[in-house]
Parts: sequence; structure tokens; C-alpha cells
Amino acid sequence: MTYDLTGAAQRVRPKWTISAKGISPVLGKAAADYGLIFAFFAGWQIASTVGWLNPAVFPPLDRVAQALWSGITSGALLDDIAISIQRAGIAFISAVGLGIPLGLVMGQIKPVERALDPILQLFRQTSALALYPVFILLLGLGETSKVFLIFWATIFPILLATIGGVKEVDAKLIEMARSFGASRATIFRRVILPASVPSIFVGLRLSATTALLLLIAAEMIGANKGIGFQVMNAQYNFQIPLMFAAIFLLAFLGLAANAVLVLLQRRLCRWSVASQ
Amino acid sequence: MSVAQISAKGEVTIRDLSKSFRIDGDSLTVLKDINLDISGGESLAIVGASGSGKTTLLRVLAGLTEPDSGSVLIDGEPVHGLGKERAVIFQEPRLLPWLTVLGNVAFGLEVQGIPGDEAAERARHYIRLVGLAEFEGAWPRQLSGGMAQRVGIARALTVQPEILLLDEPLGALDAMTKMTMQEELVRIWTEESVTMVLVTHDLEEAIFLADRVLVLPKTKDTAIRLIDIDLPHPRDRSDPDFVRNRRQLMAEFGLH
Ligand SMILES: Nc1ncnc2c1ncn2[C@@H]1O[C@H](COP(=O)(O)OP(=O)(O)O)[C@@H](O)[C@H]1O
Ligand SMILES: [Mg+2]
Repeated sequence: MTYDLTGAAQRVRPKWTISAKGISPVLGKAAADYGLIFAFFAGWQIASTVGWLNPAVFPPLDRVAQALWSGITSGALLDDIAISIQRAGIAFISAVGLGIPLGLVMGQIKPVERALDPILQLFRQTSALALYPVFILLLGLGETSKVFLIFWATIFPILLATIGGVKEVDAKLIEMARSFGASRATIFRRVILPASVPSIFVGLRLSATTALLLLIAAEMIGANKGIGFQVMNAQYNFQIPLMFAAIFLLAFLGLAANAVLVLLQRRLCRWSVASQ
Repeated sequence: MSVAQISAKGEVTIRDLSKSFRIDGDSLTVLKDINLDISGGESLAIVGASGSGKTTLLRVLAGLTEPDSGSVLIDGEPVHGLGKERAVIFQEPRLLPWLTVLGNVAFGLEVQGIPGDEAAERARHYIRLVGLAEFEGAWPRQLSGGMAQRVGIARALTVQPEILLLDEPLGALDAMTKMTMQEELVRIWTEESVTMVLVTHDLEEAIFLADRVLVLPKTKDTAIRLIDIDLPHPRDRSDPDFVRNRRQLMAEFGLH
């Protein structure tokens, strides 16, 4: 007797979408994936060089690249990059380190979750930026208040996603484990935790985005270092290529953080369709 | 002959078992004073209208639900709660999506503290038994409904229970797959010499698989009925005796 695997094993994502005659598949895929963004940058470069765009506001991209290059090689931007990564990194890691364990506990213990939910909702709905003055009053204008601001905004997505993940674990799977005599600890480790991982990753990615957003805001409002500060500062000093260089750096940071998380998720969730 | 199956182990005795649920302040009696003896190695089917308490009875036997009164004895010993000598096969396969077929089948053993290597080896044996040897590395999402249910069956068999409790395990499968799986269940039951308690709403399935059929009444003041199916295994669905037995069981429900 033979059994058919519903074809799922073979149902790999198509390697390319445009397999037009003549065009090599790899090029076709690159064109499909990155064609539009390439056209965007090419359009910018041409429009700025020819003068359709005001080059004082939108400098040609080669000048932006030049500003980025000299900022990095001279080391001037490196300090900013380092301090920004440090601020966002400490805040994000603390938020993850506190948010995931707390969420795992809260998701399992109904009374705790019920008691904490209203206050969580209130905090979450209060914009973190509105609280920045309070944090400054409490923690001063230095690093602590900035990191705390980012931490504050970052912990909610990860906490709520973790709680949601735990609460939504299929009760039937838990009962199945119980029917084999699994202890509470085993059920937590072998069922609840793995089942929550995809949801936790949704929270992680949301938190990473939030961390960068608040990083930029904090650095624009009250800092004298950092990439966000450089965006503002370059604009004040009318160093527009440098301003765009800093903006691209921030975009790159966001993309890199997301890429790392996606990679991690793929490794941990090979079993799920969503990670394919 | 099924009598040859009967061994001492896996004997179930049910005494004066009652269970009711409270729903919005009202009490709903689901099981009332059930008395039943199941021999070791027997195959018993439980049939009854929807809501007649089939699942509840099976869950009480599994130890997943506490009865209000009465007792369940296994091999003469009263049992409370869950036990390694019983394994449940649910209507849904209930596979852990983050484990491969092998991981899922070995899950019960690992939960019970059997080391990984030994668990994997025993799991492989039962994966072969349910005909999925080529798929031990597949993820649950890659399996068809019938294959997933085979994995659930293998997972239960791997812990080598004396008593296999099945709650409409084939209810969600298409007719063809269902018939194949019924044949496999008979084969597995024959090879493993376990006691099998099978809840089903499919009367033909009951006749095909069971030594005896327990009919749960809808009204709790009516006594339960037991019908012997005295046919050799494997059974032929078109055999006149099979058809006669099916007609008799259908008559229990006022069907023709
Ligand atoms: N946990 C429960 N709480 C309340 N009522 C329940 C519960 N489990 C079952 N019931 C009720 O008990 C009756 C019998 O249910 P069940 O044993 O699932 O029947 P069957 O499996 O024969 O369809 C139904 O009316 C059902 O609604
Ligand atoms: Mg049922």
C-alpha cells in the first residue's frame, strides 16, 4: 500500500515568478523582488541630477553615499551608530528578558492575568512619548531616561503577544499531554512553550520596530549623540546628504533587526507553514 | 476467533457509575448506575445517540473526568485519575505541530521518562505498524487526515497500554479511508492483544470491530443494552451474518 504525502513536501515556494523566455531564472527573480526599489532609487538619482527634484532637498544618491562613507571612515558616525545600538539594544533585551517570562506566567495564571489586564491596557494606551517628560523628571536627561522610554514602549508588544500565545494554546493538546501522564512542568515545557513561539515572534518583531521608533524620537528630542540626533542635527546645519545618510542608516538598522528575527524564527519554527 | 484474544490483563470493571453535569444551575444526568464488565483483550463498542454520554463514559474510564459516584476497576484494582495502563485516541489526531511524526509518536514515552533513544526505537516500531515508515520525518501539516490519525494511534500504542480508549477516532475521515482504517484497527487489535473500548456513532463500524456493542440509552431510566457480535475476525461486511447483526443493531435505534 502506498500513502500520498498530499504533495506538501513538494509544495516548495516557486523559485521565481517570471520565468520569461531568455531571462535567466535568477535574474528574473531578482527583477521581480527588487525591480521596483531599484527603479525608485534610479528615479531619485536621475531626477536629482537632472534637476526635476530640488537637489538641495533631495541630493543625488551618490552624494548621500559619499556622506555616509566619509562619516563611517572618519569615525564620526560610528559613535552615533554605537550609542544608538546600545540604547535600543539594552532596552529591547531588557524588555524581552522581562516580557517573555512575565507573559508566560500571566498567560497561564488566570487571576494574575485578570488583575493585571486593566492596568496593562491603560499603560499600553498611554503613548510612551507622552510619558517621556515624566521619565526625564524621574531619571534625569541622561541615558537612563532614554533607555527606559524605549524599554517602556517595547515591553508591551512582547508581553501582550506572549500572553496571547499562551492563552491560545489548544486546550486539546494540553489534555492529550495530560492523558499520557505529563506533569504541569512537562506540559509547560513540551506543549505551552513551543506552541507560543510563533506568537512570541510576532511580538518580538513588533517590539523591534517600536524600539527603533522610540529610539529615533528620544534622540531627536533630547540627545547630543545617536543616529536620530544626527538626522536632526544635519538638517539644522543644512548637511542634507548627511541627513539622508543617517535616515538610511536607521532604515538599515530596522531591516537588519527584522532580518535577524526572521532568520531566528525560521530556525525555530521550521514546522509551521507561516515560516516557510 | 475473538475468544482467543482474551487475556487476563486489561480487564475493566465498572460499578454503579454515575455522572451528571451542572449546567446553569440545572443538573444533567449523563450516566446513571452503569454496571459493566469488560474482559481483558475484548473489543467493546459504545454506541448511542448524540449526547447520550458516550464520550463522558470514555473520559471517566480514561481518568480525564471524575465520576460523581461509583468506581472503575482495572484488573481488579480501583483506579483514580489517569494511568499508564490506559491510552486515549481522540477524535482529532491532536498532534503537536512542532514535532515530526517520529517526535509525536515518541511523545507519550518521553513524557513518561523513557530516554530519547529507546523512545525513538519503540516509536519506529509502531510507526511501521501503522504503515508510515517513510514518513517518520514529516511534519503533521504535511499529513492527510487519515495519516495524522494513524500517527495518533501509533502514539497511543507506543506506550503499550493494556486498554486502548478510542473516541470516534475515524469520525472525521472520508468513507474509503475509514474502511481501510477499520481494517487496520482490527489488525492492530489482533496483533497487540489490547482491550479496546471504541466510541462510535457508526453502527457498521461497531459491528465490524467489536465483540460486544454497548448501547447507551438516551433516557437515563432505561437500562443499557449489550449486544454480542459473535462473528470471526476479520469480518466480511457483505456476509449475511454481518448484515443480520447490523440490522439487529439498527433496530435498537428504530432504524431499518
Ligand atoms: N464538561 C461538561 N460540562 C457540562 N456538560 C457536559 C460536559 N461534557 C458533556 N456534557 C453534556 O453531557 C451530555 C453527554 O455528552 P457526551 O458524553 O459528550 O455525549 P456523546 O459523546 O454521546 O455525544 C451532553 O448533553 C453534553 O452537553
Ligand atoms: Mg462524543
